[in-house]
Amino acid sequence: MSSVLFDVPGPKARTRNVYLNVATAIVVLGIIGFIMFRFYQSGQFTAEKWQIFTFPLVQQTFLEVIGATLKAFAVGAVGSLLLGILLAFGRLSDSKWLNIPCYWFTELFRAVPLLVLMMIVYYGLPSAGVPGITPFLAVVVGLILYNGSVLAEVFRAGIESLPKGQREAGYAVGLTKGQVLRMILLPQAVRAMLPVIISQLVVILKDTALGFLITYHEILYYADFLGSQGGYGSPVVPALMVAAVIYVGLCLILSGIAKLAESKMSSRVKVVKTRVGMAG
Amino acid sequence: MNIITDNSELFLTGFKNTGILFIISGFFALILGTIVAGMRVSPAPAMRAAGTFYVNAVRNTPLTLILAFFALGYPRLGLPSVSFMNAAIVGLSLYTATYVCEAIRSGINTVSVGQSEAARAIGLPFMKTLSLVVLPQAFRSVVPPLFSVFIALLKNTTVAAGFSVLEAGAIRAYLSERGEPMLPGLLWVALIFVVVVLGIMTPLQRYLEKKWRVAR
Repeated sequence: MSSVLFDVPGPKARTRNVYLNVATAIVVLGIIGFIMFRFYQSGQFTAEKWQIFTFPLVQQTFLEVIGATLKAFAVGAVGSLLLGILLAFGRLSDSKWLNIPCYWFTELFRAVPLLVLMMIVYYGLPSAGVPGITPFLAVVVGLILYNGSVLAEVFRAGIESLPKGQREAGYAVGLTKGQVLRMILLPQAVRAMLPVIISQLVVILKDTALGFLITYHEILYYADFLGSQGGYGSPVVPALMVAAVIYVGLCLILSGIAKLAESKMSSRVKVVKTRVGMAG
Repeated sequence: MNIITDNSELFLTGFKNTGILFIISGFFALILGTIVAGMRVSPAPAMRAAGTFYVNAVRNTPLTLILAFFALGYPRLGLPSVSFMNAAIVGLSLYTATYVCEAIRSGINTVSVGQSEAARAIGLPFMKTLSLVVLPQAFRSVVPPLFSVFIALLKNTTVAAGFSVLEAGAIRAYLSERGEPMLPGLLWVALIFVVVVLGIMTPLQRYLEKKWRVAR
């Protein structure tokens, strides 16, 4: 590990680092140990509280609620990406009639809390006479409006960061403005902005948990339900622990897939570059 | 318009509590985030590992789940009881601190290498290099991302409404109890957030960004 912030440790610094390591380990283990001890003392690890997770029906329902979370995530992610691209194109258009509404759309929906957005759809619209609003619809619409606006800014920043020559070359070979955007600028912008897009996808996955507050039956909702089962010792803490493990697992899998895609994409670019180099 | 004047005390209490949640959690998140950022660049491997573990674990957990733990799980542990407000402050601080940490860490990376090399050359140890030379410059360059983090925190406070805190996000539930129409109430809440974010936070961000810009 080389860092510019500190010198390569000499003998004195090495001893100090050992002390620091030991001290950190003691503090961290102390905190974890204290939490575990409290969990143990208050009976969170008793078989009674974990028994409910051994039932096949409960496990099956867990799979179902994971499916519900993933469904909201998938629809929300695809919708946000599409809306983001459309809004980015709108903001880059020369027409004022497209440009300004798209600007206000992204600014407005980024400023409203996502939960309030979901509440407006779920509680507000039916009271204003809009029929057929389900919790799923409210979650997905909220996710798409908010994250679509965020992604629009990401795409726009990506497109504007590209060298001017890309656009000019496109026009020079006779492509229309739309074709240049779609075929030349967007693919490069997506590649340049991939890390940001991926972290936004993780945000979408995490934000599906807001559905719990508007009664969408997803992982956290079910964990809360299990926690209220008095006959099994109200296993609130165990249920939340299981939910946390599932969420962290899903997010890590998503980041893992994204990293894989990223390395594939960047290696493809390298291949192209070497070929160009050989031809030259 | 009637709905906000008829229920002014509800809106006032709600947004007052939102403000309290925001300021106190923001304060603690800033301190904790800076400490964790310092740990993540420190010479001791155990400190780096602890910081990385904390950031990765908390950033991959939904805020709703963290707040649920402090509001629903914590009272079961037989520890001294805390109010729902304080539980929400703890949850929001722990969650936001990870984002503050990552913003500051990226700021540390933007400070040019020569700065910390010069600091080392005149014999400053790690803590002094970080606190006297690198961090003051890093903070200036992370004003925009840090403000985004705090705007996100302001919006995230509404999640606490799901866990028995009377703040802006909970106004809807109280309105429906009083038999008021929910859509206008919710739209007012949304409008106030838009005004605060676009009318106060964003201009402040631009102003500070300009004022503290580092000449390079």
